[in-house]
Amino acid sequence: MKNNQKPKASIWRSLGLAASIIAAVIIYAYGFQVTKVNLEETKSPRRQEQLLRIIRALAKPDLFVYDKTEVKITVPVQVPCPSKDWKPAAPDTTRPYIVVTPACADPGTEVVIEGFNMPAKTEGPLNFLPPSKVNLSLGDIQTDANGYFKISAKLPNRPNDAAQTIEAIVRQPVGAPHLTQTAYDTWEKIIETIFLALLATTIGTILSIPLSFLAARNLMKEIVSNLLGLSAQVIAIPVGFVIGRYVADWMGSLGDSISQNIIISVGIIIIFPVLLVRLVKWAFPEEEIHKPKLSTRLFRMAGISLGLLIGLITIAILAGLMEILGHYLQGVLGGFGFLGSFLMNIGQILRMLISLTAALTAAGVLGSYAGKMGVNFQKKFSVKQTKIVGTLMAMAAGAMIFVLLGAAINWLYQIENPIYWAFWPAVAGAIGGLIVGITTSKNDLLPVGIIIYYVTRTILNALRSIESLIMVIVFVVWVGIGPFAGVLALSLHTVAALAKLYSEQVESILSGPVEAIKATGANWMQTVVYAVVPQIIPPYISFTMYRWDINVRMSTIIGFAGGGGIGFLLIQNINLLNYRAASAQMIAIAIVVASMDYLSSKMREKVV
Amino acid sequence: MEHSPQKNLLEVKNLTKVYEGGVKALTDVNFNVKKGEFLAVIGLSGSGKSTLLRCINRLVDPTSGTIIFNGQSVTGATDEELRMIRRKIGMVFQHFNLVSRSSVLTNVLSGRLGYANPAWSLINRFSDEDIKFAIHQLERVGIADKANYRADELSGGQQQRVGVARALMQDPEMILADEPVASLDPVLAHSIMQYLEEINKKDGVTVLCSLHFLDLVHRYSDRVIALNNGQLVFDGLPKEIDDNKFKEIYGKDAERVG
Repeated sequence: MKNNQKPKASIWRSLGLAASIIAAVIIYAYGFQVTKVNLEETKSPRRQEQLLRIIRALAKPDLFVYDKTEVKITVPVQVPCPSKDWKPAAPDTTRPYIVVTPACADPGTEVVIEGFNMPAKTEGPLNFLPPSKVNLSLGDIQTDANGYFKISAKLPNRPNDAAQTIEAIVRQPVGAPHLTQTAYDTWEKIIETIFLALLATTIGTILSIPLSFLAARNLMKEIVSNLLGLSAQVIAIPVGFVIGRYVADWMGSLGDSISQNIIISVGIIIIFPVLLVRLVKWAFPEEEIHKPKLSTRLFRMAGISLGLLIGLITIAILAGLMEILGHYLQGVLGGFGFLGSFLMNIGQILRMLISLTAALTAAGVLGSYAGKMGVNFQKKFSVKQTKIVGTLMAMAAGAMIFVLLGAAINWLYQIENPIYWAFWPAVAGAIGGLIVGITTSKNDLLPVGIIIYYVTRTILNALRSIESLIMVIVFVVWVGIGPFAGVLALSLHTVAALAKLYSEQVESILSGPVEAIKATGANWMQTVVYAVVPQIIPPYISFTMYRWDINVRMSTIIGFAGGGGIGFLLIQNINLLNYRAASAQMIAIAIVVASMDYLSSKMREKVV
Repeated sequence: MEHSPQKNLLEVKNLTKVYEGGVKALTDVNFNVKKGEFLAVIGLSGSGKSTLLRCINRLVDPTSGTIIFNGQSVTGATDEELRMIRRKIGMVFQHFNLVSRSSVLTNVLSGRLGYANPAWSLINRFSDEDIKFAIHQLERVGIADKANYRADELSGGQQQRVGVARALMQDPEMILADEPVASLDPVLAHSIMQYLEEINKKDGVTVLCSLHFLDLVHRYSDRVIALNNGQLVFDGLPKEIDDNKFKEIYGKDAERVG
C-alpha cells in the first residue's frame, strides 16, 4: 500500500512543480512586458552619451567654486585684406598675445589662430568681434602648460573695411575655493528638512500614544456597558461636546478682552492657578475609604465645574499674553525674532486647543457620568422597566448616531434637504435602536470597547494606506506650498503608522501584571498607567526612533510634491537639468540620512 | 452538619465556568469560607484551582452561579461595586505578576489604587500615609532596603514578598493566593507561607490558598477543598485526607510524595 502510493504522489508532485514553474515564467514574462523592459535602449550610443554626461555632472557636485579673474587678449584682424601687402603690427612678446595666420583673409577662409604666453592650463571662449559688438564664437580654447594654444577656424562672413578683433578670454581661479550659492541653499534646505522630520515625529508620537490604547484589543475588550449605560453615553457625548465648545468659546472671548489689559491679566495668571490647585485639592481628596455624602459630592461637582471655568479663562488669557509678548519680542530680538514668533504660534495653538480640549473633556465627563448613571439605573429597574426605558434610550441613541453620520454626509455631498440627511437617518437609527433594545436582555453587556477598537483600526488602516507624499497634495492646497504642508502630511501618516505599531506592542504585553493591578480594584485608566505603560516604554521609544528614521527619509522627498525641505530644491534642479546642483543635494541627503540612522541606532542601543 | 458561630465571609454557590470554546473549567462548585479561616485549595494542574480563585474577584467572569463576599453579591456587582469589593481582596500570584520595570515601592503602592483618587494616582501621586504604609509593609516582609530597586532586579523569593506586600497594602479582608510558592524552592516556600500564616493568624485576614504540596497543606491550612476536573471532590480537614481520599483527588495512579 505504502509502496504503491509513493510513485503516484511523486508524479503529482512533479506535475505540480512543472505547473508552478510555468506559472512563474508566465508571470515574469508578463512583468517584463508591463514594465517595458528594453535592453536595446540601454545600449544605444545616444542614450549612453546622455547617461555619461549626467553621471559626470553628478560626480562634480556644485559645492565649491574659485573666484576667477578674466584675462582678455585681443588681436586685430582684417576681413578682407585691405591691400595685398598689409601686415599687422608686431605683438608685444613679453605679454600674452595671439597670432592669426594669415593675418587677413576673405570671409570664410580658414585661418590658424595661435596664442602665446597665455595663463597655463586654462580654458575659455574665442570670439570674433565685429563692429556691431555681437560676439561670434570661433570655438573654445585650451592652453597647455606653456600657455600655448592653437586652433583653426573659419573667418565669419562679416566683411568690413575697418580692422576687426579676435578676442580670447581665459578665466583663472584666484584665492581659496569657497562654497557655491547652491551649497548655501542646500544647507538651508537640509536644516529645514531635519526640523520638518522632527516636528512631524513629535506631533505624530504625541497623538498616536492615546490612539494606540484605543486600537489595542486586549485593553478595549474590557470595556463593556449595558444598554441603558451605552445609550445614555451615546446621547451625552455629542451634547457634552457642543456644551464644551460653547463654554470654551465664551471663556475664550472673555479671556481675550481681559488680556488687552496686561496688568490685570498678569495678576490673573498668577492668582488663578493657585486658586485652581487649591480647588482641585479640595475637590479630589487623595484617598477616601467611604463614599461621601450626596451634598458633598454635589458641592465638589460645582467646585470642579468652577475650576474648569477658571482653567479655561486662565489659558485663554495666557494665550493672549503670549501672542502680545511674542509680537513684541519679534520686533525687539532681531536675529532671534523667531523665538518671538514661536511664542506667538504657541499662543495661537493654545487658543485652538482650548476649544477642542474643552469640548472633548466635556464630552468625556458628561459621557462617563451618563454611562455610570445608566448602568446604575438599569440595576435598580425591574426587567420590564429596563426593557421600556432601555429601548427608548437605544432608539434615541441610534437616531442620534445616524443623524450625526447624515450631517457628515451632507457636509461632503451637500444634499441640503433635511428630510434626506436628517429625518430618514433618524428613523433608520431609531429602528436600529429598537431592534437592539428588543434583542438585549437586562444583564447583557454590550462590547463598547471592541466597537471603538474596530472603528479606530479601520480609520488608521485607511490613513496608513495613503502615502504622505500623496497626503501632502491636499495639505498644499490648504496651507500652501512649503514645509508646513510637509509637516502636516508626515504627522498624519506618522500617527496612523505609529498608532498601529504601538497598539501591537500593547497587545503583546504580559497579562500577569495587568491582572494583578486589576485585582487591587484599579479602574481602567489606572490599570493602563500602572500595568501597561511601564511595559511598553522601551518598545515605544524604539518605534519612535524607527519612525524618526523613516520621517527623515520621507522629509527629503516630500518636497517633490510641494512639501518643502531639500526635495523641493532637488526636483527643481532635476527639472532644469542642473545635475551638478542636484548632485550637491543628493550628497546632502545621503549624509543626513546616514548620520541620522547612525545616531538613532546608537540611541536605541542606549535606551532599550 | 456542624454549626459554627463564625459567619461566612465568602459563599460560593453553584459556580460554573465554561470558557469560550466549550472548555468546562468549573462545574457546580459550592463552598463557604468563614472569617479568619486558612483554606487550602488542592487538585491537579488544570483541575480549575486558578479559575476558581479568579472567579472570586471576577478576574474571570463566571458563566453561572453566585458569589457572595461579605454579604455583597460579587457576581451581580456593577463595575464600580466590583472595584470596591476587589480592593478588599488581596491577590498573590504564582509568577508574582509584578510590574518589572517599576520600582518595588511603586509596585507595593499600586495595591492602594482601589482607594486612591484616580485623578491623583494617574500622575503617580500617593498620599504620605500611603507611602508610609507601603514602607511599613515592606519592613514587615523584610525588604524595606530594596524599596527603590527595580522589581526585576530582585530574586524570586524577594519578588513574591513584594507581591505579598502589595496584597497587604489593600488592607484586605481576604487574600487569594494562587499557588504562591510553586515557583520557589522549599526554603523560600516556607518563608512565604509563614508570612501568609502570620497575616492570617495575627491580622485575622482570611486566606484562600491553592497549593501543590500536601505537607504545606498539613502544615498551614485549617481546612481543605479539593477540585478534580472542575468538580469539588473534597471539603474537610487536612487530616481527613487519607489514601482513599487522596486517590479520589489526584486519580488512581497517583502516589504520595513528601
